[in-house]
Amino acid sequence: MRLFSKILQVGLATEPLPPTSHEVVRLLHEVDDRARRLFGRALAIREVDAGSCNGCELEITGLTSPVYDSERFGVHFVASPRHADLLLVTGPVTRNMAVPLVKTYEATPAPKLVVAVGDCSRTCGVFKGGYGVAGSVDQFVPVDAFVDGCPPEPAAILRGILAAVGRR
Amino acid sequence: MRSLFALMLAGYALGAAAAVLRPGGRGGRGLVAAGAVLGGAAGLALALQVLLTGTPFVLEAPAVLSIADGLLFRIDRLGALFLGLVGFLAVPCGLYGAAYSEGYEGRASLRLLGALLNLFLLTMSLVPCAGNVLTFLFMWEGMSLTSYFLVLTETDEPETVLAGGWYLAMTHAGLALALAAFLLMATSSASTTFGDLRAAAPALSPSARNAVFLLALLGFGSKAGIMPLHVWLPRAHPAAPSHVSALMSGVMIKMGVYGLLRVGLDLLGGGPTWWGALLIGLGALSAVIGVLYALMEHDLKRLLAYHSVENIGIIFIGIGAGLMFQSFGLPALATLGMVAGLYHTINHACFKGLLFLGAGSVAHALGTRNMEEMGGLIKRMPRTALFFLVGACAISALPPLNGFASEWLVFQALLGGSAIPQPEVAVVMPLAVAMLALASGLAAACFVKAFGITFLAIPRSARAEQAHEAPRSMQAGMAMLAIACVALGLLPFAVAPILGSTLAGLGRVTPAAIELTRSLPLQVPGASGQMSPPLLALGLVVLLALLPLGLRLLGAERRGRVGDTWGCGRIGQTPRMEYTATAFAEPLRRVFAELYRPTRDLSIDFHPASKYFVQSIAYRSEIHPWIERLLYNWPLRGIRRAAVWVRRLQAGSLHLYLFYLTLAFLVLLTMARWWR
Amino acid sequence: MVAIIGFALGVSQAALALLLAPGLVGLVRWLKARLQNRRGAPAWQPYLELAKLFRKEVVVSSNASWVFRAAPFIVFASTVAVALLVPILLVPLPFDGVGDLLVVVYLLLLGTFFLSLAGLDPGSAFGGMGASRAMTVAALAEPTVALAIFALALSAGSTNLGQIVARTMSGPAAVSPGHLLAFLALFIVTLAETGRLPIDNPATHLELTMIHEAMVLEYSGRYLALIEWAASLKLLIFFSLLSNLFVPWGVAAGLTAGALTLAVASLLVKLVILAAVVAVLETRIAKLRLFRVPELLSVSFVLALLAVTSSFLLR
Repeated sequence: MRLFSKILQVGLATEPLPPTSHEVVRLLHEVDDRARRLFGRALAIREVDAGSCNGCELEITGLTSPVYDSERFGVHFVASPRHADLLLVTGPVTRNMAVPLVKTYEATPAPKLVVAVGDCSRTCGVFKGGYGVAGSVDQFVPVDAFVDGCPPEPAAILRGILAAVGRR
Repeated sequence: MRSLFALMLAGYALGAAAAVLRPGGRGGRGLVAAGAVLGGAAGLALALQVLLTGTPFVLEAPAVLSIADGLLFRIDRLGALFLGLVGFLAVPCGLYGAAYSEGYEGRASLRLLGALLNLFLLTMSLVPCAGNVLTFLFMWEGMSLTSYFLVLTETDEPETVLAGGWYLAMTHAGLALALAAFLLMATSSASTTFGDLRAAAPALSPSARNAVFLLALLGFGSKAGIMPLHVWLPRAHPAAPSHVSALMSGVMIKMGVYGLLRVGLDLLGGGPTWWGALLIGLGALSAVIGVLYALMEHDLKRLLAYHSVENIGIIFIGIGAGLMFQSFGLPALATLGMVAGLYHTINHACFKGLLFLGAGSVAHALGTRNMEEMGGLIKRMPRTALFFLVGACAISALPPLNGFASEWLVFQALLGGSAIPQPEVAVVMPLAVAMLALASGLAAACFVKAFGITFLAIPRSARAEQAHEAPRSMQAGMAMLAIACVALGLLPFAVAPILGSTLAGLGRVTPAAIELTRSLPLQVPGASGQMSPPLLALGLVVLLALLPLGLRLLGAERRGRVGDTWGCGRIGQTPRMEYTATAFAEPLRRVFAELYRPTRDLSIDFHPASKYFVQSIAYRSEIHPWIERLLYNWPLRGIRRAAVWVRRLQAGSLHLYLFYLTLAFLVLLTMARWWR
Repeated sequence: MVAIIGFALGVSQAALALLLAPGLVGLVRWLKARLQNRRGAPAWQPYLELAKLFRKEVVVSSNASWVFRAAPFIVFASTVAVALLVPILLVPLPFDGVGDLLVVVYLLLLGTFFLSLAGLDPGSAFGGMGASRAMTVAALAEPTVALAIFALALSAGSTNLGQIVARTMSGPAAVSPGHLLAFLALFIVTLAETGRLPIDNPATHLELTMIHEAMVLEYSGRYLALIEWAASLKLLIFFSLLSNLFVPWGVAAGLTAGALTLAVASLLVKLVILAAVVAVLETRIAKLRLFRVPELLSVSFVLALLAVTSSFLLR
């Protein structure tokens, strides 16, 4: 019962989503009209860690917390890429994860989007030139949006996802 | 009718003769199959004629074996039902055997296989036709012996010989007990015809009647395969050729049910409540334990054999419920229970025959019965897979197939238990309901495993990869049974009245007419429920047909593509990454670990330099049916000890043996003189 | 004429159930979100998800056979068939003679059977694991369901759904301790069959903890939409059974407009109450270890057995 009294005490913890600057979210091309119509209100995301340090993952887990609550935008995470519409890729693509990343992309049914999170996914960040790193994410799968930051804030990540499906 | 009887005998004789004279080659095998099919069809026609018209068929041959009243054939409706069952299964199995026995060319004697198959069918057909004790036991023994030799077809396997030994011992023990039951009944009767035994039965004392019933239960129950007398079933049925297994599992064990019905219901005319309760108890036990052991098997045919134990349990539950209701003077519910049991008898013959034929096709194509080496066969043997799927759905009691129709009837019979006035007795019914439901749920789980591991996913061995579809005649046999499964499921309102009529005039059961209209409503006091399989099937078909239309209306995307199985992005997929049969059954194995008591042997080899580096791990786990060991070890030991003691009499001296002969002769002469 | 109206009403009752089902699942999710102190998606979110799934392409494994492609249709058709048989709004039901409570149980087993086969078909270990676990839970829940049916049929004199509802509605004397125990037993079975906590977490991403979800990992597009819709319909059917077999007041006995409006309203109220109970339960308790689930199911079995015994003794 203490659980329920605590729930009542805390109330609604969700905060309105703060705006993010344009430099953090980079859309690579115009949002496809079909994707906007299809994914605008219901989006399933499959997160793929292609070799990150897990800093971005920690921020991504914050997305489903009560404060940021991605679910209120119709965004939820799924376990299988077959169920997914959008791949959320983090980290530089390491050599071992190159083929699995491509396989995940191929397993996702069309239409699909890719949002790459973190500086590492675009420029390989601090891991650039390392022997285990094969390249940035856009060298393996077509990316629709980059979210810069090391790590980016959950609000920025959410803004990036929403921008990829054409929601402001 | 006489001509049909003669045709039946002629058909089987022709098949046997063809086997002896010209066993090999396509023509020979075809003739053997034609004989079996002809005999089966004639038997089925004769049975239908007796069932539909109600006039019994009588044939006397007092000259044959006149020392024991001669042979007498009298087919009444109950006998006709079981005769029809033999013919019904003989046709597809005979047809199947034509191509299947090709696999035995060079490995076993086709002469024996063909001849014995026809003799087996002949004697098995004549068991329900018997009108006196001699005929019955003579044909019974013939059926047992021919099937024993058929089980031994593949003598190069050591376990086959062992299986044959178990089978022979248990069937003869059963014969002895059945003989004792008949003899006990015959003490107060004029002759040994069934008519006279029936007339003399009321004169027996209650303890004599109980003794007869128990002897008949043990004797016929061992043939039927009820627990704990089932031990020969999982050994003998997998060893036999597949069409013989289908006949043994589909029809021969039903002869045990026939014997019990004939003695318990017809000749004795029913009995006290504990008879029915005992049958229900044994049936429920067999059903649950049979299916639990079936779940752990990965030999496809042994799995099916254990399922036969389960289904015999269900049949016994139905018949036991019928007997129980009869003892309380509830004729309508009694008929319901009996009809449910008989219906399940026919249905089980149908789908178990189909499943064994399917398993036989798989074994024929792959050369192994081990499920762990199969997989992906649905793409290589599509029609066999489809027929096996129909059989699997039927045995899992999925509507609208036949397994569901008869299990529904058994449930309804048990649900009528609320009409029993004594609550302490009536509590047997809900327990039986619970165990029946558990057995049927576990059976569904087992057949998801059996069909899924055998036919779906990727082949687990090279043999599975190179499998080929079964020949046309084998497919035809399976197709016949698959169609019959569907038909029996959709038309219970046609079958049930016929079954009800078989009970007319048997003992004291008055078959109150089970109200049957197009939708099978049962207006039985205390147990009324309604179900209409044809409308259900129609509804399902209509919905399935409407779905693609509905999808198109919704504007669903129609594109699709083929990709790799999702495996978390792993590179490549080998058969070792699939689920295995053992893995599939593992949760249930854990849940019922107390019953199974699996042995576990784990040995880890460490690197000599350090115990933190493992060189190899060997894990071995086995499940032995410990009930068997508990119940059979001490009689076997006792028999062995007795045999060792008796061996002392075999001193090897010819003079001693002559002395024994003379002594026995003198004793017999004295006895004959004394008893005159 | 009356028969045609009855037929049309039966079909529209099932259509209503089909339309409400995703909303029910959405409502449970919304309630859970609020109990987690967050805003959550609106209750009609599953409709948007279904609409989206219908427009996505289907990716099928190269190892899969026709069983994989046919299973979503069989699951959906059998669940809709059950919706046609179950008393949701009306009693007597127009399709009363076609199937009773036993038929309902086995039709649902038909769906689970084919979904398990479809889990094994692509040859993935997750699918096999899901299939194995789903069939285990289904098999172990069967005795409880059968005994609960027995308890209900005992007092009603029939396994016929319409007759059971009519008997309970006939007066408060018909409600007995047996009823309450059977309700509790069936409630646990509902959680097991529809894959809710504590047996299965519908929102988990950890494959090793999945039962139902593991079987559908390979499905996409319209196949996935059909399966998800059928699963939500199954939840609605179980809720309807729980409410209308045990608390049937409000169910329309006649075909008048007033009775039907009352029936719809009472259905909505009952569904909302049950959804709230499930949401609170899922917030409060944690998922059971897989090998603790049989213990929970045996508790429900004992409750059902007590229900039957008390029905016998208090007759």
